[in-house]
Amino acid sequence: MIHRVAVIGGGVAGMQTALRLREQGLEPIIFERDTELGGKVRNWHQLFPTFTEAEAVLLPLRNRIMRENIEVRLRAEVKKFDSMSVTLTSGERVECGAVALCTGFTLFDARVKDEYGYGIYDNVFTSVDIERKFVDGEFKRWQGREPERIAILHCVGSRDEKVCQRHCSKVCCITGVKQAIELKKCFPNADIFNFYMDIRMFGPGYEELYHTAQREYGIHFVRGRISEASPLMDGRVQIKVEDTLTGRPLRMSVDMLILLVGMKGNSENVHFTEGTALRVADNGFMQPKDLFANNVCSQEEGVFYVGTITAPKSIGEVLNEAVVAADRIADYLKK
Amino acid sequence: MALNFGYNISKPRVIDIDRNNLRKSTEIIRELPELQSCIGCGTCTASCTAGNLTSFNFRKVHTLVRRGEYQGAYDEMNKCMLCGKCRLLCPRGINTRRVVMLIKRKLGDF
Amino acid sequence: MLDRAKWAEYEKAIADDHFYYARSCIRQNFFPGSEKAFLNILSKELGKDIYDDPIHTSCTGIGYHSDIVPLETIMTVVARQFALMGEAGYENFTTSCITSFGIYTEILHTWEEFPETKERTAEYLMKATGRELVVPKNLAHTSDVMYHFRKDIASKMVRPLVNVKTGEPLRVVEHIGCHYAKIFPKSGVGGSEFPYVLAGMIEAWGGEVVDYPERRHCCGFGFRNYLVQANRGYSIANSQKKLESMAPYRPDFIVCNCPGCSMFLDKWQYTIAEMEGTTYGEGGCGIPVLTYEEMAGLVLGYDPWDLGMQMHAVDVEPLLDKMGVEYDPSAKYLGKNGKYIGKPEPAVVNREVEASVYKMKR
Repeated sequence: MIHRVAVIGGGVAGMQTALRLREQGLEPIIFERDTELGGKVRNWHQLFPTFTEAEAVLLPLRNRIMRENIEVRLRAEVKKFDSMSVTLTSGERVECGAVALCTGFTLFDARVKDEYGYGIYDNVFTSVDIERKFVDGEFKRWQGREPERIAILHCVGSRDEKVCQRHCSKVCCITGVKQAIELKKCFPNADIFNFYMDIRMFGPGYEELYHTAQREYGIHFVRGRISEASPLMDGRVQIKVEDTLTGRPLRMSVDMLILLVGMKGNSENVHFTEGTALRVADNGFMQPKDLFANNVCSQEEGVFYVGTITAPKSIGEVLNEAVVAADRIADYLKK
Repeated sequence: MALNFGYNISKPRVIDIDRNNLRKSTEIIRELPELQSCIGCGTCTASCTAGNLTSFNFRKVHTLVRRGEYQGAYDEMNKCMLCGKCRLLCPRGINTRRVVMLIKRKLGDF
Repeated sequence: MLDRAKWAEYEKAIADDHFYYARSCIRQNFFPGSEKAFLNILSKELGKDIYDDPIHTSCTGIGYHSDIVPLETIMTVVARQFALMGEAGYENFTTSCITSFGIYTEILHTWEEFPETKERTAEYLMKATGRELVVPKNLAHTSDVMYHFRKDIASKMVRPLVNVKTGEPLRVVEHIGCHYAKIFPKSGVGGSEFPYVLAGMIEAWGGEVVDYPERRHCCGFGFRNYLVQANRGYSIANSQKKLESMAPYRPDFIVCNCPGCSMFLDKWQYTIAEMEGTTYGEGGCGIPVLTYEEMAGLVLGYDPWDLGMQMHAVDVEPLLDKMGVEYDPSAKYLGKNGKYIGKPEPAVVNREVEASVYKMKR
């Protein structure tokens, strides 16, 4: 029996899986194609709903990985794998007893939604850009005029047939609420509008934060999806939307338009299915064996899924799932 | 004399936030921040004594007021019979009767 | 400033030569020199083969969009146009009208998606006219064709889109007909949100494209909306919305690729000025509205009256002066045979009458 487990992807899912595998007395090895561990969470400032620093989640994980002497291969891209081995693009082959796929998701490219002019107009940003601005402290030393009005648009690249993304990305709603509050703290005089189709507050403390945003921070929530953004002469952006709760079209100019970009299944997912029994679901994410007792298992023995490779999830959910997956892997290897 | 073309230029129905004066609506929200927490569920309107007999729609009127559309809001709120059923039901705990009184007090001129 | 790369991202195939030309029903009434100018530019300036067939008909698009002509009928009429193209020995169909272009595109897609509709149409066509159904190898709007050859035209340019007094590029507002790319975005150069078909011409000929908030908004034409007099209020309101939105950018002229849009953006300016006394251009006048053929004609040094520009509701002279176009004011209302063709009544939009009465009213 080989005790080595290949963990493909070194984000929060991969790190937590590796740590739990080590607790189970196994020998995990993390393959991460980037130059450091942490995945997409590295670009995040604070996490919903508690405004915990993203670093406060990442740092203990990274430190424990070091302490436990878990083998980490950075800049290591996996070319192919099966339950017994992993081959890197360098040609190196590593034998293992099981594989944990922790490759996560792809951010929706907001440029695909032509009508919002992302990448064309100066003051259209994505939720990811905004996090980076918080990380870089850009809003603290904001030059020039304070924004008077900010619009945050939900469901960009989610629940949208036109871009083949029918699924809900789940975490954007609460991200919109969180970012609205953070922006309000930076710009107390600004009117901040969230434009949504439905508000989905699925997690603990989320609905409460939504209520806080409305009541304590005076954030405006307008039910309606922005149909288009256009540039104004002074660089601001004009948006058009229906205020569906009054049944009237609504128009306003904003200093910033923020697009809450959704989660997309990785395009590499399709390659995983070549010559294997693995399956990509209709929404582009990997299809687990089932959605209940075997939601970390794949159709292949010895190949397991952790985190957002199978669906949009919050960080907390991913961390829990990693423990479950590692335990299942341990059970599998003991057989 | 202006030429008679047999039609007029239609006026836009759009709520233009840039043009609307939001001073009154800001005052109303400042006095009653809980109004901002409305989630548009419509329980108020569903239970409304007046709304079942007239076109009065409490939810819509206060939403329009918050967007700076004051025209007719005072007259609409006059249709409220102040029975208090909506306040009893509101899941967000908004003091709806106070909303009615506040809008009437602030927007009598519109 | 703005990264316009997006506009070039949607490319479409446009034929290089041998075009079968389909005219618009209404353009020759309002912009009588435009189609002639297109044929001239293609055959004489560029040496291309283009066939102006006298026996093709209206595509019946206006009737179709007004709920008068049923789908089966319009499909059969369109099939006849294609059959005529085939009989004339052509494979590349180019149409002068945006609505026709939209209809041809939509019908070709429908035939592809629902082959039974194509079969039925072929049957009707055979019964009604004895003709065989063919489909074009390439379908393009005439503005696509002009866009395709914009660099060749630029090489023969006599007068660039530049203000001769200031040396600055002319500021141009372009308006694309809704049926050009809003139905099938891939059928238009640049797609539907950032169409490049007219912008490409403007840039190639020295002008500057003005992006303004209501750029994509419909002109309000809307068929049923202007056909019924009582409905024209919201047709004109849409044009007004666009004019209000573009006015602060001080455009030197508007250019359109759709017969209806150019007509309405021009004539509604007259109407709004008469109704309310409001104008949107410089010096209390309207903003001149050009077709892309007129724009190309001016760039190539054609005489504005040969281009039919005396038929515009908003006078084009201020623009001609800016471009340094030489023209004979006394020849404006002389027909091709030199006879006087009549002159419109003085209009508020051209500051020919005082608008004070309206100002008082307001």
